[in-house]
Amino acid sequence: MTDAVSVAGLVKTFGSTTALDGLDLAVRTGEVHGFLGPNGAGKSTTIRILLGLMRADAGTARLLGGDPWADATALHRRLAYVPGDVTLWPNLSGGEVIDLLGRLRGGLDPRRRADLLERFDLDPRKKGRAYSKGNRQKVALVAAFASDVDLLILDEPTSGLDPLMEEVFRETVREEVRRGGRTVLLSSHILSEVEALCDRVTIIRDGRTVETGTLSELRHLTRTTIQAELDGPPHGLAGLPGVHDVRADDGRIRFDVDSAALGPALSRLSAAGVRSLVSHPPTLEELFLRHYDRAAAGNGKHAEAAR
Amino acid sequence: MTALTGTALTGTGRLIRLAVRRDRWLLPLWVLFPCLVPPVFVAAFNGAYPTAQARHEYMETSLHNTAFTVAYGPLHGSTLGEMVTWRSGFVPVVIGLVALLTVVRHTRAEEEAGRRELIGSTAVSRHATIAAALLMTCGACLVLGAVSALAMIGQGLPAAGSLAYGFELASAGWVFAAIGAVAAQLSAGAGTARGIAVVVLAVAFLLRGIGDVSGLSGGRLGWLSWLSPIGWTHRLQPFHDERWWIIALAVGATVALTAAAVALSGRRDLGNGLLAARVGPAVAPPGLRSPLGLAWRLHRGSLAGRTAGLAVVGLGLGGIAESIGELMNNGSPAARDVLARLGGPGTVVDQYLVGMMTMFAVINAGFAIQTALRLRAEESGGRAEPLLAAPVDRLRWAGGHLVFVLLGPVLGLAAFGAAAGFAHGLNTGDLGRDLPRILAAALVQLPAVWLFAGLGFALFGLWPRLVAGAFAVLLASLLLGWLGGELQLSRWVLDLSAFNHIPQLPGGEFAVPPLAVLTVMAAALVLLGLLGLRRRDIPAG
Repeated sequence: MTDAVSVAGLVKTFGSTTALDGLDLAVRTGEVHGFLGPNGAGKSTTIRILLGLMRADAGTARLLGGDPWADATALHRRLAYVPGDVTLWPNLSGGEVIDLLGRLRGGLDPRRRADLLERFDLDPRKKGRAYSKGNRQKVALVAAFASDVDLLILDEPTSGLDPLMEEVFRETVREEVRRGGRTVLLSSHILSEVEALCDRVTIIRDGRTVETGTLSELRHLTRTTIQAELDGPPHGLAGLPGVHDVRADDGRIRFDVDSAALGPALSRLSAAGVRSLVSHPPTLEELFLRHYDRAAAGNGKHAEAAR
Repeated sequence: MTALTGTALTGTGRLIRLAVRRDRWLLPLWVLFPCLVPPVFVAAFNGAYPTAQARHEYMETSLHNTAFTVAYGPLHGSTLGEMVTWRSGFVPVVIGLVALLTVVRHTRAEEEAGRRELIGSTAVSRHATIAAALLMTCGACLVLGAVSALAMIGQGLPAAGSLAYGFELASAGWVFAAIGAVAAQLSAGAGTARGIAVVVLAVAFLLRGIGDVSGLSGGRLGWLSWLSPIGWTHRLQPFHDERWWIIALAVGATVALTAAAVALSGRRDLGNGLLAARVGPAVAPPGLRSPLGLAWRLHRGSLAGRTAGLAVVGLGLGGIAESIGELMNNGSPAARDVLARLGGPGTVVDQYLVGMMTMFAVINAGFAIQTALRLRAEESGGRAEPLLAAPVDRLRWAGGHLVFVLLGPVLGLAAFGAAAGFAHGLNTGDLGRDLPRILAAALVQLPAVWLFAGLGFALFGLWPRLVAGAFAVLLASLLLGWLGGELQLSRWVLDLSAFNHIPQLPGGEFAVPPLAVLTVMAAALVLLGLLGLRRRDIPAG
């Protein structure tokens, strides 16, 4: 199976700022791929390169088997895009925008359009300037979902939607994928959304890919926190590779442990005699925060170097 | 306990600082530019007409050039101060335009962009935005008037007249700033607000032109000038028995219009206009299926407005052309002598029409550049992205707008020429001769207009940030045509202006080569723009 999107070593600079600094991204056909990163990490720039709106300074990008810059128009027949900040023409109604975009992509199914308008509870007669942010986003979402395309590129598509609409969005994405052959590249900050929808995620920071994989794979990359009451001191625990921040206090111990070192660490504990034990599995929040927070990320690098 | 204190103007000072910060390049430019005009004219008149006798002759000729009267207002006498003031008579119109655009930019445009909401949520009172925009603009106009007056005094002109000239400029700015503030309350779109205010300015200009020409030729429409704020400012009569009370009239009108704007603003919600937004169709009409179809939707309103406006102005200006014959009979024997030397009344009418054609070529070039700027606005506003992410080639997207950039002036000039020819033909009774002649005179301007359209488009494709620079080049061309004759610049400098190469129709000799060269240059610029657009990032980094 070929990848719907494959990007390697992408570099893009604007004057003296480096927006992308060797970014890698692979989206497999048929999957929902979460694309995450703090604000300004380079998500929108990557998407604009994939859409052939911008040209990369170095690196390669392939989209649906074609070159996003050279074959832009042909490729765009097979994709739909929802920008992060939807702006509409002030004097066009929402329905007109949906139809225009649909017709440009070669027509849309009127029944599907009506169904989506109802689901998203959108009045298509309002003029562009009269819509709220959430409603502008709905216009772009309806236009994208109503077209029959292979790839959906969604740039923070739910940032203005209420929880009810957020749920409608999730259902619609699941449906799209179930209909088969459809690939979704979803840039998002909403962890529950990523967890609910995405098969794999890529996390980028400062224009570089820092993690990529399935969510469970990524969970393995983080540490479990363990608290235990012991009969005696756990000999050699602090010296184990992958065990961090050991704090012992009056028969109680607390430490963080890499997933790979969980077995050896537990055997040291049981050797000392365990009276009680609590373990906190790594949460996605921790995973993301570790990558989002610059200071923490710096520490992570040091930790890796020390290992 | 803190009381909920705050006056109706809380936060105005900070908003003024914000506005000045945003306009830190623009503001000094438009304040300084008009101040340079009088010294240039003083030098020009001193150089070209050094004696009172020479100036008097110049006055006699100019008095009978209706184009001059329409553009600059009535000329009262032949002293240096009067000449300079009169020849600068178009400056108040430019200042009025800039003032109203500035006010709309800092009120309705901010509101439409959603930034007003951010500001409104802070400790800023309801009317602070209008107050800040008006105070900054009117303050700038006052500075502009003061510096212009000082510049004239520095050139040795009488202080009273110089001061009156300064107030003439300032009061034009004040009144149109307030008109801009009122227009900003009417419509939810900044574009419509600008359109409304510009139409008011155009009507004021037209009323003054017709009134002044009628007044000079002893017609009955002289009172029309008094309906026009542009007309009032000229009636300050700097250097010619100044009427200071006109300043009170302008201030009164400004205050009344400001009060109206504040009252209107108090009666509407943020983001809305008084002209209620209507709902649109739920389904797009069949024509809205291509970039061209979309461009038609986006441009048709302003296209229709401009074309209709140009037709109305053409009717007015064409209608007064014939009154030049009357002027001749009313003129002094010396004037008749001068006119006879120039080639008789027919020639003088033609000269007036040539002047009008050049002027409206410049205006249409401005429209064309503005239409090209729309492309840039679509791009930087994020509205180009969804289209270009659909199977729409960038050239096709730009091409849709380009059609209107290039065909808009065709329609505009045709409407203006046909209307002027029609009105003039009715007066002369020879519609069959005058209508085609004047229509052709208007259409012959197209290559020069296209050159500026092409320049705007080339900048958009190559250096999109500089696209407004096309306006600067247009302004420079306007100045060359405006000052060139008086400054006695060498031919090659004058030839830098595209308009200088257009055959002087009606009456002059028609020549194809310059038109062909200009058209080819315009086409080359369009091509450069397309090539640039194909290569660059969207939105431009």
